[in-house]
Amino acid sequence: MLAPSRWRLISVVAALIFGVLFTLPNLLPAGMRDSLPAFLPRQTLNLGLDLQGGSYLKLSVDTRALRAEKITNLIEDVRTTLRAEDIAFTDLGQVGAEVTVRITDPARANEALNLLRNRLGGAIANGGSGLELSAQPDQRIRMGYSEQALNAEASRAVDQSIEIIRRRIDALGTREPAIQRQGLDQIVVQAPGESDPERLKSIIGQTAKLTFQMVDDSVSVAEAVQGRVPPGSVVLPSQDEGPLLLKKRAVVTGEMLTEASQGFDGQSGQPVVNFRFNGQGAARFGEVTASNIGKRFAIVLDGKIISAPVIQSAIMGGSGQISGNFTAESANDLAVLLRAGALPAPLKVEQQNTVGAELGADAVRAGAISLAIGAVAMFVFIVMAYGMFGVFAALALVLNVLLMIGAMSMTQATLTFPGIAGMILTLAVAVDANVLIYERVRDEAHAGRSPLQALEHGYERALVSIFDANITSAISAVIMFMFGAGAVRGFAWTLLIGVITSVFTAVVVTQLLIGWWYRSKKPKTLPIV
Amino acid sequence: MRWPLITNLPREFNFDFVRLAPMAAVLSAILIAISVGSFAFRGMNFGIDFVGGALIEVETAKPLDIAGLRRVMTEAGGEDAQVQSLGQGNGAILRFRVPDDADLNASTQVVKGALQKAFPGIEIRRAETVGGKVSGELARSGAIALTVAMFLMLLYIWFRFQLQFGLGAIVAVLHDVILTLGALSLVQLEVSMTSIAALLTVIGYSMNEKVITFDRLRENLRKYKTTPLRDIINRSENERLSRTLITGSTAIIALSGALFFGGPVLLPLVFTMVFGVIIGTYSSIYVALPIILLWGVRRDDEEAVPLKPANARQG
Repeated sequence: MLAPSRWRLISVVAALIFGVLFTLPNLLPAGMRDSLPAFLPRQTLNLGLDLQGGSYLKLSVDTRALRAEKITNLIEDVRTTLRAEDIAFTDLGQVGAEVTVRITDPARANEALNLLRNRLGGAIANGGSGLELSAQPDQRIRMGYSEQALNAEASRAVDQSIEIIRRRIDALGTREPAIQRQGLDQIVVQAPGESDPERLKSIIGQTAKLTFQMVDDSVSVAEAVQGRVPPGSVVLPSQDEGPLLLKKRAVVTGEMLTEASQGFDGQSGQPVVNFRFNGQGAARFGEVTASNIGKRFAIVLDGKIISAPVIQSAIMGGSGQISGNFTAESANDLAVLLRAGALPAPLKVEQQNTVGAELGADAVRAGAISLAIGAVAMFVFIVMAYGMFGVFAALALVLNVLLMIGAMSMTQATLTFPGIAGMILTLAVAVDANVLIYERVRDEAHAGRSPLQALEHGYERALVSIFDANITSAISAVIMFMFGAGAVRGFAWTLLIGVITSVFTAVVVTQLLIGWWYRSKKPKTLPIV
Repeated sequence: MRWPLITNLPREFNFDFVRLAPMAAVLSAILIAISVGSFAFRGMNFGIDFVGGALIEVETAKPLDIAGLRRVMTEAGGEDAQVQSLGQGNGAILRFRVPDDADLNASTQVVKGALQKAFPGIEIRRAETVGGKVSGELARSGAIALTVAMFLMLLYIWFRFQLQFGLGAIVAVLHDVILTLGALSLVQLEVSMTSIAALLTVIGYSMNEKVITFDRLRENLRKYKTTPLRDIINRSENERLSRTLITGSTAIIALSGALFFGGPVLLPLVFTMVFGVIIGTYSSIYVALPIILLWGVRRDDEEAVPLKPANARQG
């Protein structure tokens, strides 16, 4: 076992080169790192937010709002569909999670059901909406979305949200944000480094649903507020004045915008958002403004009226501006939001961590200093206990640390505080492996074996224990990585890397070193006996 | 003293480990009773990772006014307001909760504003808010991960040793977890995600101890087929004692740096780990082995072949 072995030497040298190459970027200043030749690795350890500071936001997609909106849209769709075919109906409204409508003329009830089914229904598998319709007694039709359809919608909403959040954050220029899906309806955003978490949150948290709606002046606002809202209209609050009564139907929506940028109003000098519609939007907007001169329309953002100007003349060019008490920054943020598009559903902030980079640095420094002190004390102890063999074990440990840091840098896994705990555990287990080997060697030597035989048998026997112990660790690391979240996962990943590197260094590396030592010294007795 | 120091350790130990087992059982029972009592009466000092709430770390311009900080938080709507001095400079960690129906993020903003108004020049270095729903999820996924991991470790040990070894290991590890949590409860160290990481190292270290213990026992069971189990356990533990002492001291020496110089952030983590090293070593000898001793082992067990067939020669 101690005989010279080429593959063992090659593997140790390869590991050493790997460890040094991948650990090195962490020790170099940033400027030098950038000037490294391209073939050398230059990734540094990916420190978690708890170590380097930054913002962590966990958001959940408001699926309830998503469902509510689907029902609202469904009611509108039913209304327009039936009206277009001149089918009279009453009692259109929401009952629980479903929508019911009563067809006035019993003779047309069946026709209405088929009409609605063809226009609005269809199995999801065939690209339909998943709407289920059924005829009820008293000429009623009941409609509801299947659970499957709603879940598919929620899942799609999460994917869309991630994409939109990414576009928004990129526009802010934040450094390498990590945006991940978690579970069914959650999104985790991690933005390292110094960033204003409140601004980040306001950028992410806004739905940014922009609509242009006509003001409904058929009833006065005061009457509407008292409950006499005409069907198809709605009262919305406004930013600068009292609430206004608006037509529910949006003339133009934010999706029809092609451009949005922050600018200043030519006359007042106030910050505004300039925008441009696409062809369809421009045509519709031109049409509606031409036929409504003298009336007011409202620009609505997330259910709140930003401004409600009077239409002076037809607006044909397809461009315009939104004014309304902006600062340059808030106008710019709104432009960013409009460019990135609206979120399909509101996002709720579930968890928010802001770690000042300074605290992160403090924690890193304290951790590094104390780990270094601990490591030095451990080296001293192990060398005092085992002499030359202790030096071999210490060298193996140094290589182990290099390999772990190198592997963490290479895989760009995030190193968090719990991850450091995982590293400490693997170092302790690595030391244990060497202690097990050396104690076995001592046993064998005391039983009367020659130094060479004692070394050979010691390694062989200790290996059984070392493998059993490390396989048990590896099993738990894999499981914790698969099922755990957050701290548990970070811990598991370093543990898994550590199990592999520590078995390699504690067994293979010390074997190589002791082999060299044995062949050059040809000792009569072992120093640890 | 001879060099290296290991050569000063006596070769043969003849300590009757098993004789102390009944006393250890009583000790363990008392410690578990204390732990459970502490859970019941003192409870755990759960951080916001678990109960939800807000945490703000501040540094004030003037010397800390703990009562003042608490009053400002309470007046701004924070419930259960706590102030913990960091012990260095004028730093402090503030914690509070909000009523279930209130918006935590909005409330945190209100409290921050109130602090900045009441203490000009206050520096807010860190702010965390955790909603109750998220906390529940973290705890649940962590519990599932641990349960599955323990079960698979049990299966592996069963496969490599015998069923009673696996059960002994699991019971001993649970014993360690209960005592570690009991210690955290007694000294009221805050339980955060970091303590969970520490607890995982305790479990990892303890499991490693168990396997190493069993491995020597299995080897001796094969070597001495007629010796009573009790004597084999004593023999195995004595043979292994020098390794137990050295590994344990090395682990504690390695952690001592962080224990003394790690600062308040590292302290809970390191405290838990040191405690775990001690308790993990103890429970291998006095929880896992006694269970095996009481249960008994199959002595004709030759099926469980080790990875490298151990050539059973008298050592």
